[in-house]
Amino acid sequence: MTIQLTHFSAAFVFALFASIVFGITHRETTRDMLRYGIYCFAMFLGGTLLAGWAMWLVRR
Amino acid sequence: MANSTPVKAKASETAQPVSMMSVLAPAVGWLIPGAGHIIQKRYIRGLLLFVSISTMFVLGLLMQGHIYKANGGDILDILGFVGDVGAGAMYIVTLAMDWGQGAIAFAIADYGTKFMIVAGLLNFIAVADAYHIAIGKKQ
Repeated sequence: MTIQLTHFSAAFVFALFASIVFGITHRETTRDMLRYGIYCFAMFLGGTLLAGWAMWLVRR
Repeated sequence: MANSTPVKAKASETAQPVSMMSVLAPAVGWLIPGAGHIIQKRYIRGLLLFVSISTMFVLGLLMQGHIYKANGGDILDILGFVGDVGAGAMYIVTLAMDWGQGAIAFAIADYGTKFMIVAGLLNFIAVADAYHIAIGKKQ
């Protein structure tokens, strides 16, 4: 059985699960965990999109 | 960002010496992602860690990713093995069932390989967190 993900879907899923783990393991309180997790998710996904566009610019 | 330094400082001051739990939690946590937290009664954290890490590993397998075995090859193969072995029982089962052969024909298979490596690395972080809870360095 094979699953096919688009590039964006793969980046989204990766960012989601990595952020959950980072949030839980890098902060103490629930509120801090949540905030840091959202921050990490934004950085992961935003960074991926930014890097993609930067590579497009370089290629162009 | 909220400043968690006072909470962190208080937890560090009450750190306990080596105990049975400080050995058991990391060991169980490596074998089954999140289990190290669950046996220390952090049920929600443990469950979230289990779901996140397991799902990432399984997705990697389903994307026809390649699993690394112990090798003395180049540095990237060795690092791939180190990452994969972090997944614990999932890695052992994958090897036993001869899954994770990889599929060069699928472009998405490369993502699968990386998903499995990162799942293992995230589990190493989770194991370290379980250890810190066990020794009282974290609540």
